[in-house]
Amino acid sequence: MTVNTRTGPGTLKVVRGGWPSLAGGGVLAAIVVFLAAAPWFVFSPGDVTNLVTLFALIILGTAWNLMAGYGGLVSIGQQAFIGAGGYGVIKLADVVGLPIPLAVVAAGAVCALLALPTSFLLFRLVGGYFAIGTWVVAEVFKLVTQELPGFGGGSGLSLTAFQGVDRVTRIATVYYLALALAVLVVLATYVLMRSRIGLGLTAIRDDKVAAASLGVAVRRSQRIVYVAASGGAGLAGALIAVNGLRVSPDSMFSVQYTAFMIFIVVIGGLGTIEGPILGAVIFFALQQLLDSYGTWYLVALGAVAIAVVLLAPRGLWGLAARGRYEIFPVGHTVRPPT
Amino acid sequence: MTLLHVDGLAKSFGLVVTARSVSFHVAPGEALGIVGPNGAGKSTLLNLVTGAQPVDAGTIRFDGADITRMPAARRTALGIGRTFQIPRPFEGLTVFENVLVGSTFGAGARRKEADEQAWQALETADLTHLANTPAGSLRLLDRKRLELARALATQPRLLLLDEIAGGLTEHELPALIETISAIRDGGTGVVWIEHIVHALLQVVDRLMCLAQGDVVATGDPREVMASDAVAAVYLGSPDLESDTP
Ligand SMILES: Nc1ncnc2c1ncn2[C@@H]1O[C@H](COP(=O)(O)OP(=O)(O)OP(=O)(O)O)[C@@H](O)[C@H]1O
Ligand SMILES: [Mg+2]
Repeated sequence: MTVNTRTGPGTLKVVRGGWPSLAGGGVLAAIVVFLAAAPWFVFSPGDVTNLVTLFALIILGTAWNLMAGYGGLVSIGQQAFIGAGGYGVIKLADVVGLPIPLAVVAAGAVCALLALPTSFLLFRLVGGYFAIGTWVVAEVFKLVTQELPGFGGGSGLSLTAFQGVDRVTRIATVYYLALALAVLVVLATYVLMRSRIGLGLTAIRDDKVAAASLGVAVRRSQRIVYVAASGGAGLAGALIAVNGLRVSPDSMFSVQYTAFMIFIVVIGGLGTIEGPILGAVIFFALQQLLDSYGTWYLVALGAVAIAVVLLAPRGLWGLAARGRYEIFPVGHTVRPPT
Repeated sequence: MTLLHVDGLAKSFGLVVTARSVSFHVAPGEALGIVGPNGAGKSTLLNLVTGAQPVDAGTIRFDGADITRMPAARRTALGIGRTFQIPRPFEGLTVFENVLVGSTFGAGARRKEADEQAWQALETADLTHLANTPAGSLRLLDRKRLELARALATQPRLLLLDEIAGGLTEHELPALIETISAIRDGGTGVVWIEHIVHALLQVVDRLMCLAQGDVVATGDPREVMASDAVAAVYLGSPDLESDTP
């Protein structure tokens, strides 16, 4: 799609993408168009509400992958920002009075801002200590939320901004907002990964020491993805809150979200843009299929995760694409000067 | 004028002293060879100069500026390039992309310029035929070449090479020797750690011998190799004999 050319006799060309990627992108675009049209003639209102969960999962998986898959920051505490986004959107809509779409986006921005000081605390820790530290931060966020006056303590808050809005309008608003944000988050991730920052991040993913020796500012890049991924988690949390109409500390700050994100990214394929999307779809499908089986649902998820890790260590997208095909072309192919 | 000036460098890992008080300097267009038995502290010295590991004591000056505590990436941007003794390719990237990281971040080149600098580095390291190959699938020899190409793509003014010739056959050596000589003659300062002494002697202007964190001898390469101090260090070590024809 982009071709860099040197004028003169021997011309070096660097190609990024091509017809196969365009075709894959076209299929995805068609699916998005279908999803945009579908609520009016295919799905019931209940399906539409369920699909918001899928879009939130795509955002969560994409954001967690950006941070862990590319930045090498294995956090088990992103529920801190899911919760902050959920509580934030309710305050921004009900107290500040922002319209819902703006409140959701602002809640994501607030979470990105919150992540900046948090990163200075957490980045002092390495490896397993970093992971544990993120969980501690999430628990602190939860406790502070419970204790803050006006946040409903242990029972949480309800969204009132939708009162007086008819059900169809409310469901449609949340659905289109979630669809648009999922598309935007994926596209933004693609643009980021295609930029020079993305090249540096991929290098960090493979070898931090070598990346630094070639001039990549490892710390700064990691901070960028941590802040961006936390903003993404906040957006997803805000969507979950406006979709469910209420938040409680136990549900919004649940470590279960981390388990979901890891599942999505691992079965889809760590360190690829396509993987988390595929992973979110599979996770969502399993969740819908097995919902009525109670605990067996968790057992089945665990079994699928183990099978994928053993049989396809690079995830199902890695298995399907074999590293040769990208819908979102971030790689470079050289056509040597002749 | 010196490019790199290292003074009184010290580093220990627990009880293992890898640098006691190491001082040396390198001028632009000068090649310094480093030899020494296994575990002498040669690679550690490169890690200290590049900032991959922090020093315990001493100072490192590059181009007159004190860089002792500067982060590794900034040293690279200033013009210090290095290869790793055990290659560390970005396995999920192609050979070209690996080198592009160097030209983009180390040399600060943009787009077309970065592509071209990367390609030139591949040409110098004789790797253009593998440009689109995933780096994870390279054999050891090509991984070493990739180390060289990536370091060159950062457009270094000081190039630090760690056993870059290990594993090369006798008839692959002359090309590498020629390449490194040409880089040096172009005005780049070179530090080359190598066990293959006869290759080293064809390039370096000065030679330093390290043992257990101490500089045993430094000066004219042939005189250093002939000195009793160096002979004593290698006594009982088969390293040199096996590699010298
Ligand atoms: N990160 C580390 N932690 C602990 N000990 C280390 C570390 N790095 C190096 N050492 C020790 O320091 C000593 C010097 O190691 P170094 O790699 O610098 O030797 P070298 O001269 O490059 O040897 P070789 O010729 O085998 O490459 C060795 O005893 C090694 O085991
Ligand atoms: Mg070594």
